[in-house]
Amino acid sequence: MLRQRPFLVEILSAAGLVVAPFVLPYLGFAPTTINRILVWGMFGLGFDILFGFTGLLSFGQSAFFGTGGMVAAYLLTVLNFPYVMPSLFVGTIVATVIGYLVGLIALRRTGIYFAMITVAIAEVFFFVEFNPLSDFTGGENGLPGVPAPALYLGFTTIHFNTDWTLYTFLAFWYFVGTVLALRIVRSPVGAILRAVRDNPMRAAAVGHNIHGYKLTAFVIAAAYAGFAGGLLGLMQGFMPPDAFMFDTSGQLVMMTAIGGAGTLFGPLVGATVWLYLHDFLQATLHLGASWKLVLGLVFVLLVCFLRRGLIGGIEDLSALLAGAKKKTEPPKDAPIARTTAEDEQKAAVLEVARQPAIAIMPARHRETDRKTGPILQAKGLTKHYGGLAANSDIDFTVDHGELRGIIGPNGAGKTTFFKMLTCEVKPTSGQILFEGQDITGKTVTDACQLGLTKSYQINQLFNRLTVRENLTIAALAELRGKFRLDLFKSLRGVSNLNEQVEHTLELVDLFNRADTPVSDLAYGEKRRLEVGLALATSPSLLLLDEPLAGMSPRERIETVRLLKSIARGRTMILIDHDMDSLFELVERVTVLQEGRVLLEGTPDEIKGNSKVQEAYLGGVHGVLAAE
Amino acid sequence: MLGALLALISSGLTIIYGTLGVLNLAHGAMFMLGGYAGWLAYSYTGSFAIAVVAGAIFVMVVGIVVERVIIRYFYSRPHEDQLLVTFGLGIVFVETVRFFFGSLSKAVPPPPFLAGITPIGFMFYPTYRLALLGIVAVALLMLYIVLYRTRIGMIVRAGIEDSVMVDSLGIDVDKVFMLVFGIGAMAAGFAGIVNAPVVSIAPDVGEAILVQTFVVVVIGGVGSFPGAVLGGLIAGQIISITSMFNPGYSYVMLFVAMTLVLVLRPYGLLGTAGRE
Repeated sequence: MLRQRPFLVEILSAAGLVVAPFVLPYLGFAPTTINRILVWGMFGLGFDILFGFTGLLSFGQSAFFGTGGMVAAYLLTVLNFPYVMPSLFVGTIVATVIGYLVGLIALRRTGIYFAMITVAIAEVFFFVEFNPLSDFTGGENGLPGVPAPALYLGFTTIHFNTDWTLYTFLAFWYFVGTVLALRIVRSPVGAILRAVRDNPMRAAAVGHNIHGYKLTAFVIAAAYAGFAGGLLGLMQGFMPPDAFMFDTSGQLVMMTAIGGAGTLFGPLVGATVWLYLHDFLQATLHLGASWKLVLGLVFVLLVCFLRRGLIGGIEDLSALLAGAKKKTEPPKDAPIARTTAEDEQKAAVLEVARQPAIAIMPARHRETDRKTGPILQAKGLTKHYGGLAANSDIDFTVDHGELRGIIGPNGAGKTTFFKMLTCEVKPTSGQILFEGQDITGKTVTDACQLGLTKSYQINQLFNRLTVRENLTIAALAELRGKFRLDLFKSLRGVSNLNEQVEHTLELVDLFNRADTPVSDLAYGEKRRLEVGLALATSPSLLLLDEPLAGMSPRERIETVRLLKSIARGRTMILIDHDMDSLFELVERVTVLQEGRVLLEGTPDEIKGNSKVQEAYLGGVHGVLAAE
Repeated sequence: MLGALLALISSGLTIIYGTLGVLNLAHGAMFMLGGYAGWLAYSYTGSFAIAVVAGAIFVMVVGIVVERVIIRYFYSRPHEDQLLVTFGLGIVFVETVRFFFGSLSKAVPPPPFLAGITPIGFMFYPTYRLALLGIVAVALLMLYIVLYRTRIGMIVRAGIEDSVMVDSLGIDVDKVFMLVFGIGAMAAGFAGIVNAPVVSIAPDVGEAILVQTFVVVVIGGVGSFPGAVLGGLIAGQIISITSMFNPGYSYVMLFVAMTLVLVLRPYGLLGTAGRE
């Protein structure tokens, strides 16, 4: 929908803002309430980018809201600075800078730590504002006398000093805020923020500097908060000190959760519900101070039963209605019951034979592809976990264009070895050279940016995104580097992005499932997407950790066929337990046992080797011979 | 003194988080509930001892009920949802108390034999504050004994390490979880009532305590009982010392300490990498 009508959301929100003052008063909204909703909505736009899109729940937004508002108000009242908008922007900039500094500290941790740190920081701001800085901020009195904004048009000046003129002023800025937020959300950065929310580990592994992007989201949220704080002062003609209170942050979080996070408009909807209930409970039902109790109860129930908020609830409901209509049609390809694995295998072979061969997809060539000699060298690689040696003293070399297999019994240290090669785990000792460069001690993000990445043994996907979006995230890392602030660029503006995504979709045979959310994929499809994520970064060396794990015989055959077509012109290292498939794919095999290299050779040499058989069967031959 | 109190409240928060993986944002409100339950018991009976028992038991019951009715359905949901729901519960607790008892603060006097002041060397100190140190120390010791010297404690500590494993060993984790939430809540409630004679209680006393508790837990390392105790003592010292010069800066210093810890030891003084 967004694709066909690019400005639909913008137009609808503009229309909504124009219509609102004519409709809402009839529903019992006072003009000041409507203005207040806009200020909270503005505050929430930034917060939703932080919480809804990036998944960082901050309880400390009041710090930026208060700072932005206080700085602007201080300029306009105490210093008598005559220009309203520049003051507001100065406030915003100060809040942004503070947001950056706070973000540096708070983002050292994620999850609940992040939430706790933001609470603590916001509380510090509150105390500083009230005590040491009370000479500047008016302490508990706030700063009164903030002038109303005015617009000088040359021949006349418009004063935004009544409720409705103020509405036009606020609505204009809310609209600007919305347009900017929509651009950000639709930009490559916006896509990456969602990836960070869904699976930060994988987002880093495909080559994005996630710390940088999280900080970006945090700073954006601080900027919106600072600007909204300034608007609050203008709207009330008075900058209240309680903007700094924990309550402010809490209220923002609750409004966003009520409206629905990750929608941009959630906070606006939430604020509407919140402030309407506030007026209604106090004025109409005369509940006095206990209105907050009712809201608290409503909120708890909402979190329990409508986890995606009101907007999410409406979406779910409409999807449910649409789904109910669809269900009347019988499913097209009902699964055929198969009795045994053997049957299934036969059927698979037949089916695969019937399909036309996949067109050869040449690998995207990097300059290094034509090189010869070793692409990867590991020297004396060792990893200890406490007293346990997972890998000891592994020497390992892979040449350009080689297809290498690694086998070994469970616990041989294969996955640890891979993790060290991709810099996910730091080796205890030893050295890794990739294309002649020492990459020991680099981050997984840097390794991926250099062209070395792996697919995971256990799927690490971006579960709330579609297949296409997943691959887009990975491709963006290769096309844009690990960090770039193209906040206002459209995804379509990234050159080669579409080609690379489509190319990968074909390679992993998910073309027909491109717009399916990952959570709806079958296991085998997820497994292929896992490989696809690694492929989409167009690595010059691709590591696959058990790409066939957990697949049915039929899926295995299909996947082996895919891997063969992927392998053309690439350098790959594969781990798998399915020896038949592995031996079919690779040219050389390294056998690991108890963290050491046992043997290296061609598949045929390995098959016939007695040491390998013993490693797998634990010396059964010896026992048999003795009997 | 404040340090010991913070240590006790933080232990409650940290064993709940460590075992259940839920950060209880209603913990401050539970501290407040303890104070109010105790105050109510005191105004009926006039006995401080009964007030303390009532405060602790009442909050434990509230904790268990809340865990059974709401929190247990949130174990499998994202951290954000857990934060939101406990945050909402905190508001409900605070506003319910405000609804019944108003916003004005209430005072619970210390028991008569602990009233008055005691000379300690160069200065006089309120007797109850000294006694409080002892009371809280005993409570912490009891918590320690429960955690480290009993079967239940062993299960709880194992649960902190790996609750799935404990479950698969045939131990009814469900019951343990309920108990842990109750004990954690009780620690907050107990702290709430024993602290009541020092500072009068009001519906929003919990908020400031909650923030301080967070700093304690971040300094000490989340999910670590010794970390909570150590962090509590450090934070208490920082606040007391700064308050001697200028109370306005106590939060700033606390924050500086937290930042230092985060920069130098991101997982807290006694925390280990792992759970996020």
